[in-house]
Amino acid sequence: MVLVAAVGFPFTAEALGSGYYVGVATRVMIYALAASSLNLVLGYGGMISFGHAAFFGAGAYTVAILAQEGVGSALIAWPLAVAVSVACAIVIGAISLRTRGLYFIMITLAFAQMLYYFFVSLKAYGGEDGINLAARSHLPGIDLRDETAFYFVVLAILAGCLYLLRRLAASRFGAVLRGIRENEGRMTALGYPTYRYRLVCFTLGGGIAGLAGALIVNQHGFISPNLLDWTQSGTLLIMLILGGVGWLYGGVAGAAAMLLLEEILSHWTGYWKLGLGLVLLFVVLRAPGGIGSWLARDGARG
Amino acid sequence: MNALLLLEQALNGLQFGLMLFLLAAGLTLVFGIMDMVNLAHGSLYMIGAYLAATLAQATGSFWIALPLAMALTALIGMALEAGLLRKLYERDHLSQVLATFALILIANDLVRMIWGPQAMMLDAPRALAGTIEIIPGAPYPAFRAFIIGVGLAVAAVLYWLIVRTRVGALVRAGASNREMALALGVNVKRLFTLVFGLGAALCALAGAMLGPLLAVQIGMGESILIQAFVVVVIGGIGSIRGALVGALLVGMVDTIGRAFLPALLRGFLTNNIADALGPTLAAMAVYILMAAVLYWKPTGLFPARG
Repeated sequence: MVLVAAVGFPFTAEALGSGYYVGVATRVMIYALAASSLNLVLGYGGMISFGHAAFFGAGAYTVAILAQEGVGSALIAWPLAVAVSVACAIVIGAISLRTRGLYFIMITLAFAQMLYYFFVSLKAYGGEDGINLAARSHLPGIDLRDETAFYFVVLAILAGCLYLLRRLAASRFGAVLRGIRENEGRMTALGYPTYRYRLVCFTLGGGIAGLAGALIVNQHGFISPNLLDWTQSGTLLIMLILGGVGWLYGGVAGAAAMLLLEEILSHWTGYWKLGLGLVLLFVVLRAPGGIGSWLARDGARG
Repeated sequence: MNALLLLEQALNGLQFGLMLFLLAAGLTLVFGIMDMVNLAHGSLYMIGAYLAATLAQATGSFWIALPLAMALTALIGMALEAGLLRKLYERDHLSQVLATFALILIANDLVRMIWGPQAMMLDAPRALAGTIEIIPGAPYPAFRAFIIGVGLAVAAVLYWLIVRTRVGALVRAGASNREMALALGVNVKRLFTLVFGLGAALCALAGAMLGPLLAVQIGMGESILIQAFVVVVIGGIGSIRGALVGALLVGMVDTIGRAFLPALLRGFLTNNIADALGPTLAAMAVYILMAAVLYWKPTGLFPARG
């Protein structure tokens, strides 16, 4: 039903003369994809990664740099963006997964900071100021410059990834991951190479985040190192926590809730961060499981 | 390479490291004893700096403003602990991240509301405006030298407090085994509030000291917070000694890396590559250091829990 509503949305919005909201909805879906990729790492894999924006940003930079070098085809640039993010995730994951708990949080953060400074120092590609995307990527047969067409491409990718995540969670791989999250020692004793399972999960999450990055740079037409800042990683985490960690649609719900809240509050007051902060505090204290647990509780009641 | 320049940069590194230590000391205790991720620590630093700047303007004296700002920030920190953060100790790290991240957003906007979006000026006290010669032949800014002195003094006092006093013994007990300390009847509630207040006061001290060197502005806490976290993690969570060693390491690596790495690379790379690579590596050096430490010692240099 949500899918039907999502498909119908751009037509309704345009009929009402508010094409602006198509752009907002696209942004929400891209962040939903990024937050869902973090959900795979955190919700299913149980790894609190505080550097997820690194993969998001790496994907975005790949597309922007390729565009500047004259490679504008989405069929080349987007898979490459995923490949670059996957490569980063393998290296970062392989080292970080040696640590546990708070140390894991901090070491993923450290790696994200390294990438952040790496892009700051890329003077040929804008350095600290970032670069404009030369042109939106082009797909054969679809004009991505059209907001509605872009909306549908993003929607299709998001739906595809969510389907993939659902299949993954239901698969043997997903079951092993859950087992590791609950009790790693037991899974090791059962003979599972837990380190490898966690690394694959971490890498998959990084790859999907890279895809989201490729989309966000197309939407904004601009990328700067700010997209890799640690507060960005924090924002992704918060979207997910807000939506519900480990719930398939947690990333979607959280991204929608947070970005819409931002949209509404910023119309209303210049101090929208204050309002957002208060709402977040309320969620932590009163609804610790996020929107997902709220829905579940209401469902149980009704 | 110029030995005097190297010495001067080493002093700068020492100065920066000691300020990081002020922040990391409070952070590592909160981390270690309460098992709490406090992202809002940087906000206390910002608030401390703003209070110091405002009070210095109002009273016209840095020396009156400094202790007042420390006391006020400590009060704010203790109120925050008693009113909100206390509820989060039993929760998982994720909830703590969310709640304290929310506090950052709130603090930034509150500061913008009260003080406006422009950066504030905080002048170094006039008595310390000149230079002194620590190293013969190389004048060094007196205020920076003063910061080094204060940092060393605080480190000494903290060491005495933690190692020699009863409160310190309780703190150490809490850091190495919280449940056991609880079971032995330590009044942890009061202890936690006290530790938090102490951490907040140190934040304000660092904010007031660094204010004249860096800008007092919104968001100033975020970048230094991450460096303080790096220090905590390198040193080992919960360990004051680790925080000191980590802070000095980070301060030195960062300062000396920025000053000398580009020139050093030019020695064996072409100028172009060295100019591009030098600043990058210098900026990344601290994080590379941390990743390396964690790779070989996954619980930091001086694990408090053992």
